[in-house]
Amino acid sequence: MQIKVMTNILDKNDQIAAEVNETLSAKGIFVVNLLGSPGCGKTSLLEQTICGLKNELSIAVIEGDLFTAKDAQRIEQHGVPVVQINTSGGCHLDANMVNCVLDSLELEKLDLIVIENVGNLVCPAEFNIGEDVKVTVLSITEGEDKPLKYPLIFQQASAVILNKIDLLPYTNFDMQSAVNDITGLNPDATLLQVSARTGQGLNEWYDWLKKQVRMKQARSIS
Amino acid sequence: MHEMAIAQGILDIVLKTASENDAVKVTSIKLLIGEMTQVEPESLKFGFAALSMGSIAEGAIVEITSVPLVGQCNGCGQQFAIEKYCFLCSNCNSTNVTVISGRELAVDYLEVE
Repeated sequence: MQIKVMTNILDKNDQIAAEVNETLSAKGIFVVNLLGSPGCGKTSLLEQTICGLKNELSIAVIEGDLFTAKDAQRIEQHGVPVVQINTSGGCHLDANMVNCVLDSLELEKLDLIVIENVGNLVCPAEFNIGEDVKVTVLSITEGEDKPLKYPLIFQQASAVILNKIDLLPYTNFDMQSAVNDITGLNPDATLLQVSARTGQGLNEWYDWLKKQVRMKQARSIS
Repeated sequence: MHEMAIAQGILDIVLKTASENDAVKVTSIKLLIGEMTQVEPESLKFGFAALSMGSIAEGAIVEITSVPLVGQCNGCGQQFAIEKYCFLCSNCNSTNVTVISGRELAVDYLEVE
């Protein structure tokens, strides 16, 4: 006997993601799913972002990591609430993992939650975790060929951040080619060039982020 | 290796559907997997075989139909195969393109006894 099913395999995850987003939207909190490969500078960018914006926005961080709390410890030094999720070898966060830690945060006080996903350009792209936007970081030293090699994570992003641009003179990175590939994959994405180390370009990133937070808050009030 | 998590999702759907239909054995499972998903078919089959051991879906044949990546232009209405991940309309070069297929990750149907 044949039974027609036609059910999305990730339905259960997507339902929980929608619930997480609903809970956080009710409090007017904007949620970023921060993606990128290991070593692309997600945590450094996040540290700079906290320093740059913590006087204007109330920020909390959820850190995804396979085994350690190293990134959470870095974030904690900047005086913002941080929750660690260890995936015990799992290659991505899923919506349930995020749902389970929401109680650890004082949501009433927050404007922005950044969820730093496990460093990986493949798996995290498939799993919504309750975010409003995905932001994908690509560092110059990874090479300009990565967007077409890992298209989904760049196609799903609302903003793509090219990090470590201070290293451009020391690499063969072809910026034009990277920009063309990312734009072809995702014409609507905001493309930002920054160096989390020197601070170059970060003001544009802060402005983008603040605008998103303000738009979210306006939507929640109306 | 997120195929394991996806395999678990498939098994949950298969066992729930089988139980709702009073099936005693699942013999085959047909999946629709879009071109723009990052699923490795052999890893997915391996993961499913491992997870389904001891259940009524153990030994079921997993068949995968790949769904091509197709976009539709919201400007001129053109439907076109998205090649080399270029999401610009092949007719008018518009950036306002909706993906109409190629992102599927679905259980299509089951064969049961």
